[in-house]
Amino acid sequence: MACISPDGKPTESGTKMLRAIKSGLGSAEEIASSAGLPLFRVRSGLRELTQAGLANLKDDKYELSSKGMELVSTLSG
Amino acid sequence: MEEVKEQLISLPRLGEPAPAFETVSTHGALKLEDFKGSWLILFSHPADFTPVCTTEFIAFAEIFPELQKRGVELLGLSVDSVSSHIAWVRNVEEKTGVRIPFPIIADLNKEVSLAYGMIHPGQSKTETVRCVFIIDPNQIIRTILYYPLTTGRNMAEILRIIDALQTTDKNAVATPANWQPGDMVVVPPPNTQEMAEERIKQGYECVDWYLCKKKL
Repeated sequence: MACISPDGKPTESGTKMLRAIKSGLGSAEEIASSAGLPLFRVRSGLRELTQAGLANLKDDKYELSSKGMELVSTLSG
Repeated sequence: MEEVKEQLISLPRLGEPAPAFETVSTHGALKLEDFKGSWLILFSHPADFTPVCTTEFIAFAEIFPELQKRGVELLGLSVDSVSSHIAWVRNVEEKTGVRIPFPIIADLNKEVSLAYGMIHPGQSKTETVRCVFIIDPNQIIRTILYYPLTTGRNMAEILRIIDALQTTDKNAVATPANWQPGDMVVVPPPNTQEMAEERIKQGYECVDWYLCKKKL
């Protein structure tokens, strides 16, 4: 898992992606640009976040699930 | 062996869609489609912790910024595990100071290697040879290079091919032997006699009607 560590905490890149989604950026391209990550990493990461139940794809835009919102609220910084 | 023979018959070819894959890498799970919209260099190496491969990875890391400027992603592959790849790239960084910035596929089950014809039994039945697949943003294979186990790849040539392909796509021209960015390019040959006659009048530098060059 590149975005979520085995202990369930988001990695640095996972955190950047979660925060970008929370800020309202919904497409992979927007998230990549905001998070400063390569697009391929973001596409792969979004799959991972979705499979982990932290994000949902709705009308071609990603948004945080309630589980994702809860996780982001626990992140410092 | 039968599986390898079968694979040799269906090697990927230029101009055809790159075989899809879903695999694990040092940057997590990756699919070919994750790279859609970018140029991609998918390259294989025989094994981690081997001398020629180490020099190649350092060289790929050195041209990485130039590739990024050209919108190209790099993706390595060998049949080693993710743990082996991680240990190796950490060792390379520790010993040489060079950070490997691109993902490396851990193709333990050889699914990607076989789909791309990266295992050449005459060289090794278990390791991948030194392949380079240049895949365009539409995921079409545009260049295939094979190097033997004993010969490290030439990064300047890989960059030159990227420049040539991108120049061709942008300007609908071809590039002559030993072309370098800034050199004259080859104008596509005319299809009709009328075009051939017009060609001579168009101010190109022509050896004859079928070989004309121009500056971009």
